[in-house]
Amino acid sequence: MKTIISTCVPLPIENIDTDQIIPARFLKATTREGFGENLFRDWRAKDNFVLNNPAYFGKILVAGKNFGCGSSREHAAWAIKDYGFKAVVSSFFADIFKNNALNNNLLPVQISESFLQKLFKAIEKDPKTKATIDLEKQIISFNSQKEKFDINPYKKTCLIYGYNDIEYLLSIKDKIKEYEKNNSNFAR
Amino acid sequence: MKPKTLFEKIWDSHVVYQKKNYPDVLYIDAHLIHEVTSPQAFDGLRKRNLPVFRSIRTWATADHNVPTKNQDKPIKEILSRKQVEMLTKNCKEFGIRLYGLGHPYQGIVHIIGPELGITKPGMTIVCGDSHTSTHGAFGNISFGIGTSEVEQVLATQTILQYKPKTMLITVDGKLKKGVVAKDIILYIISKISTSGATGYFVEYAGSTIQNLSMEARMTICNMSIEIGARGGLIAPDKTTFAYMKNRKFMPKNKEWDKIIAYWKTLPSDKDAIYDKELHFDATDIEPMITYGTNPGMGVKITEKIPNVPTAEKALTYMNLKAGTPMIGLKIDYVFLGSCTNSRIEDLRLVASIVKGKKKAKNVDVFVIPGSKQVEKQAKKEGIDKTLKNAGFELREPGCSACLGMNEDKIPAGKYCISTSNRNFEGRQGPGARTFLASPLTAAAAAITGRITDVRTIL
Repeated sequence: MKTIISTCVPLPIENIDTDQIIPARFLKATTREGFGENLFRDWRAKDNFVLNNPAYFGKILVAGKNFGCGSSREHAAWAIKDYGFKAVVSSFFADIFKNNALNNNLLPVQISESFLQKLFKAIEKDPKTKATIDLEKQIISFNSQKEKFDINPYKKTCLIYGYNDIEYLLSIKDKIKEYEKNNSNFAR
Repeated sequence: MKPKTLFEKIWDSHVVYQKKNYPDVLYIDAHLIHEVTSPQAFDGLRKRNLPVFRSIRTWATADHNVPTKNQDKPIKEILSRKQVEMLTKNCKEFGIRLYGLGHPYQGIVHIIGPELGITKPGMTIVCGDSHTSTHGAFGNISFGIGTSEVEQVLATQTILQYKPKTMLITVDGKLKKGVVAKDIILYIISKISTSGATGYFVEYAGSTIQNLSMEARMTICNMSIEIGARGGLIAPDKTTFAYMKNRKFMPKNKEWDKIIAYWKTLPSDKDAIYDKELHFDATDIEPMITYGTNPGMGVKITEKIPNVPTAEKALTYMNLKAGTPMIGLKIDYVFLGSCTNSRIEDLRLVASIVKGKKKAKNVDVFVIPGSKQVEKQAKKEGIDKTLKNAGFELREPGCSACLGMNEDKIPAGKYCISTSNRNFEGRQGPGARTFLASPLTAAAAAITGRITDVRTIL
């Protein structure tokens, strides 16, 4: 993953929790696939919900602040990914969701509230508005607007080259064993 | 030496490896797993052909998806049954202790950890569940993780984590009559919002917190995630040690004396610096209740629903109007349970209110004990009979209607007063409307059929 250029799906609601993203009754699967079908299932029951509006589609989900709060279910990140999104843009992310997204190559792009509102307005005015997310330069832009976003350098490398945490941890197994040896006196 | 906080002492002692620009590699002392967030992690191990690195540090139970009636019979719902069977199969294949259905230790993962003495001060504890913060009541670093991280911990007993910032929340003063731990935490959430502590690990302190029992402290730490914090913790003290002594997985005799000496070194050093400090006055706290669709939308029970533009969507969902008093609102269901409030002290609180009374005719009440051991103790104390006489149903342990994964759901449009931790849209079932409150307040509502100030019937 280096650059994402796409139209956006706007969800200008704050504090969207993971129970909305994927309700608990759909967590019974034992694989990672197929959750996209039930993404925002209860909101999709309403005809006027944005995912039911053919004017809006694309690989970028744009949402109000504190996105992904609540439950730690990684199924929320799987559902968004499985639906076809590659990035979520918001002015604030809940911690666990952010980690889960990064662990699934779903890019959380945290921008300022004012930039977010400008993006919402632009999409509302013209659903064909395309946003560009340049991960290497850490810049998100649309029309003539742009803003830099933060991402941890380690996670950035992982996303660009497709590395993951588990491979890194397995590569330092000797250090883990050494730690265990040196801390065996703790009864914990 | 630089003075350290409780959090920093534990974090620093668990760092296995640090590399510039990389997150810390943190050793995990105890890993708790359940049927919903683990199957994909075990699949990952199989794909990579990896064993569980330290199976002795992992404990499993079935809780999220289990029925709360007839647990001795096969689970009726086919997907739930498959998921629970998958946990059993995975535990067997990878050599992990399982306290599954029918086992005397089965229960909600955050109830059984402390009750069995798995949870200790100074530890790092993770689980694929955001309410893992509960265990922090014992003075440890406990936090919820996603399934990819569950796989990392199974494979390496470590996790990659950025060190969060630290926050100190102190609560001082004497609690008023009818005010319990759940009210304290609902009050704090209502003041600082559901993202007020995102990016932080919170330590709770102050005289009010110190005077709480361990079970009450767990209720506080449990809802740390509801202020956005990764976790919450409380310095271990005499109350902590007294609760833990002689529990199943606790060190005994000489080992116990040794470990207590270590635990006593854990509390924050004098002059330790936190990134942020907040203070609350216990005498301002009253029985609390939520009116909206996130736990931050809470008020004192004597207050009216506030007129705030940000609550408009929530009030539409709840079919409530700003300006309406909370007291007197009709309810249809009462749910007493969840990892927030299903311990024996919670059931005792409920019993103290309902003894000799009958539930209102218009309400259904279900009481879900947090574990088989809680259930057993409740029966020993005759709480089951008190509840039965009042028309309440004491069922079997599990997460139940807190998240409505099993058949325990609140029907669309119905109001439920609940001792659980989340009032999100559809959390207790599609279209269900939730009021979060303490076990005392919920029990009072069960008797009157309406939201009631428990102090009027104490």
